[in-house]
Amino acid sequence: MLVTARTVRIASPLRSYTAGAAVVRAAGDTAAQVLADLERHHPGIRFRMIDEQDRIRPHIRLYAGDRELHGLEEALGRDEVLHVICALSGG
Amino acid sequence: MATTIWVGTRKGAFALKPDARGRRHRLAGPQFLGHVVHHVVQDPRAPACLLMAAKTGHLGPTVFRSVDRGRTWKEATRPPAFRRAAEGELARAVNRVFWLTPAHATEPGRWYAGSSPAGLFRSDDAGDTWEPVAGFNDHPMRSRWATGPGTPDGEFLHSILVDPRDARHLYLGISAGGVFESLDGGADWAPLNEGVAADFLPDPTVAFGHDPHCVVQHPARPDRLYQQNHCGLYRLDRPARRWTRIGEALPRTVGDVGFPVVVDPGDADVAWVVPMDGTSVWPRTSVGGRPAVYVTRNGGRSWRRLDRGLPRRQAWLTVLRQAMCADGRSPPSLYFGTTGGTVWHGRNGGESWQCVAEHLPEIYSVTVAR
Repeated sequence: MLVTARTVRIASPLRSYTAGAAVVRAAGDTAAQVLADLERHHPGIRFRMIDEQDRIRPHIRLYAGDRELHGLEEALGRDEVLHVICALSGG
Repeated sequence: MATTIWVGTRKGAFALKPDARGRRHRLAGPQFLGHVVHHVVQDPRAPACLLMAAKTGHLGPTVFRSVDRGRTWKEATRPPAFRRAAEGELARAVNRVFWLTPAHATEPGRWYAGSSPAGLFRSDDAGDTWEPVAGFNDHPMRSRWATGPGTPDGEFLHSILVDPRDARHLYLGISAGGVFESLDGGADWAPLNEGVAADFLPDPTVAFGHDPHCVVQHPARPDRLYQQNHCGLYRLDRPARRWTRIGEALPRTVGDVGFPVVVDPGDADVAWVVPMDGTSVWPRTSVGGRPAVYVTRNGGRSWRRLDRGLPRRQAWLTVLRQAMCADGRSPPSLYFGTTGGTVWHGRNGGESWQCVAEHLPEIYSVTVAR
């Protein structure tokens, strides 16, 4: 089965793992698959976003296009970009 | 002796490097600007190696490692994490790596880490990969020993102590939960809280549920423990199991609430504390706005105020549990950092104090590296 290679937009706090790149490519038809591929190419990045119980961390948001994902197994559309957003307020 | 003082803050790590005569300190850093740095600890078995417990506001917790005395750092390949929860089981995730302790001298490369929520982790490769210590994390009593975020900043596992005579003899503290002891390398644990007050509980004589803020063990006389607790200051001389409250010898107007306790590596009867206001709504600031360190030279039977050089009035300092240390001199130099971002150096065992850094972010830890 073909797995879709797609664009992933990386928030600035995670770019130390992507050599500063704001946009990378990773393959997968679900967020779980994309993040696994991302981890293969950028070791350590997944655990900073996803905890050991496979939950999205409290101040991380994942979007497929403009649709927020609430779990890692949600299917992604063929051309959808995966956005990793860091959301936190306060000093 | 050339020492570096590592300062972990809410916004990164800094290093204070005294000159050869120890007269001036040069501030270096920040490193990992924006990271929440809870602890920076040197490995006494391999002094070029340091570990740093860190996270950011957005990102999950991790550990950074240096093998060149903190010049460069590399992230752990597998940071501390709980095991995957079984169906129907409470699914715990490490929120912060809070505490780091090098293991026994005969176990090079082994480290322990404590987390929030309370978890114990072990590394056998100098901090690169970490495994949960099932003997504590999956102990049948664990959910009763550590009941969750009952304290303002969450539940912490801290003060992991390794008996220098026996690598398998461990202690740890949980805020809130109490002090626990293992005689078998962490496979099993038992509470060690007899004699400690728990004024905030309906039954103050409970076996666990206490709130130790900091527990230290004397390196050369390991039967001597000191504990700064939410409910007072204590000493324990093993093999006894009952803590003795030694804070009642502090002036009644000062009280015996605080976070850190530091012991003199050269004399188990000498220890320092930083009393804080634990009255009414528990401000946790210098009593009366007049900061002072207190020293005992007789195991807590009496205490003497050390405030020469510290502000005389309107100074409302808070010193957290990891934010005070002593170097290896005789008598030692002391250092403490405040949540207001100031580092103080107390020469000659704290007889006179000097501000050596200010305007830093909120200080979480102050540790010495040789």
